[in-house]
Amino acid sequence: MKEKTLGHLYKDGEIIIKKGTQGNCLYVIQEGKVEVIDEKNGQEIKLAELKEPDFFGEMGLFEKDVRSCTVRALGDVKILTVDKKNFYKSIHQDSSLAYRLLEKMSNRLRQVNEKIKF
Amino acid sequence: MEIELEEGSVIAVIGGGPAGSFFSYFALDFAKRFDLSINIDIYEAKDFSKIGAGGCNHCGGIISESLSQMLATDGIVIPSNIIRSGISTYTMHVEQGEAIINAPSNEQRIASVFRGCGPKGCLDISTRSFDNFLLSLCKQNGATIISEKITKAKRVDDGIIIESKAFSEKKYDLVVGAAGLNTKTLEMFSSICPGYIPPKLTRTYISEFHLEKEVVSKYFGNSMHVFLLNLPNITFGALIPKENYVTLVLLGKDIDKEVVANFLNAEQVKECFPKDLLLSDSAKCMCYPYINIEAAQNSFADRVVLIGDSASSKLYKNGIGAAYITGRAAAKTIIFQGICKTSFKKSYEPICRNLNIDNKVGKFIFFVTKIIQKSNFLKTGLLQMIINEQDKELKKQLMSSVLWDTFTGSAGYRNILYRFLNPTLLLTFIWTIITANLKNKNYERKNTRASL
Repeated sequence: MKEKTLGHLYKDGEIIIKKGTQGNCLYVIQEGKVEVIDEKNGQEIKLAELKEPDFFGEMGLFEKDVRSCTVRALGDVKILTVDKKNFYKSIHQDSSLAYRLLEKMSNRLRQVNEKIKF
Repeated sequence: MEIELEEGSVIAVIGGGPAGSFFSYFALDFAKRFDLSINIDIYEAKDFSKIGAGGCNHCGGIISESLSQMLATDGIVIPSNIIRSGISTYTMHVEQGEAIINAPSNEQRIASVFRGCGPKGCLDISTRSFDNFLLSLCKQNGATIISEKITKAKRVDDGIIIESKAFSEKKYDLVVGAAGLNTKTLEMFSSICPGYIPPKLTRTYISEFHLEKEVVSKYFGNSMHVFLLNLPNITFGALIPKENYVTLVLLGKDIDKEVVANFLNAEQVKECFPKDLLLSDSAKCMCYPYINIEAAQNSFADRVVLIGDSASSKLYKNGIGAAYITGRAAAKTIIFQGICKTSFKKSYEPICRNLNIDNKVGKFIFFVTKIIQKSNFLKTGLLQMIINEQDKELKKQLMSSVLWDTFTGSAGYRNILYRFLNPTLLLTFIWTIITANLKNKNYERKNTRASL
């Protein structure tokens, strides 16, 4: 892991966001990988694996609900957070900043739809 | 008359610094989302892979907190080989002492970079240029980089014709001016952009001190050092750690060799470096570049738009951030609105106006800073207030957060002023000025008695 990369360093296995907790920022992977996990009947289910420049935690920007999944570092990972306040201020000035977010969210919705179909 | 880009339209971007690169990157990205195929030629005569002045765009090289967050949202990750150091604290130096201001978050969000491939005399071939990185992103998105200097531009009915030494004429649907503060190129734009008045400039000073990596780490760590010293002509001085270099940036009025020597001779500056280092002899790479202190006027016309420093920037701070803001705004306008004057007036001008208004407030903030800088009485209070705040929770660090954003350029000047005028902050500041100065006086009296 290169120490100069921006963001906060999470060690392998460290929980970055925990299901059920409140969240108010977006997490952008700068270097490394994370796994998105859920629990069903005490069993862990791996929902996705993300790497740079993927982001997660976007629901926390739009909803006041608690985090829907747990995200854990898969190896050492550097994550840069984008505060809700900064994000909304930037979007207010330039709405095109939300394109990538909308694109990714639409993409994730499609993946979920496909999973439900089968 | 409305003019819009069509399938296959060609755009010339004059200048491949951050403004030109951000514009090209986003224009190509937005066009792709819009199912529009456009071609962009970026004209950049400088080779950013060169070491020294030939490959450098002469700038302090700080990626601010707000810019790194916006880039992250856009999916642009600055590679670790571009980042020289991550900045997590600011150390403020005044004659009365020093105080460390910690980042509001527990993560590194500010990066120091080299605009070129390292200072003159740099032997480290692994050094990578930030400007080159941005250009490579544009190339990946489909832009063509042309290593040419434009010599002439003229307007025709259905486009703009540009000339260079290598080719006689090339016609473009749109020409974007991202030439920074290059006066010759900006003069050329006056002929195709009626009423364009280039920005007002002032000189700054930048130099690079080459030190061992371990020395930079020991003496500077991840802290950028800022100086509010009562020295003539200097509004602001900063030392930025960059792995095995330390960049000195001086902002102020009529900065020349004497002003620089005064600064380097200040005890507070010398104490930042190893004792045996002769500062006046250590900087092998130095320059007196211009910065934009008053925005250009009429920076757009039909088929022409100027961005970044050539149009509007942010006073003293975050020039790369301003290049991002104006470059992106111009890209959004040309794809979603059009390339005529009315389109730029509607969608691009408000963004520049916003920066310009903010800069007017910025001038007032630096005027107040200047008053504080000249007064030992106020500086004693300021220093004590920051020291007192560092043990408090983040929400209560009112002065520290104001100074953090002033130094980092992360927030707009209006936002900074609004927060500075918070009654709690002002009352605490006044109270701390009184108590800190009284404490100092009592201490001085005791010392005088003791010596008698």
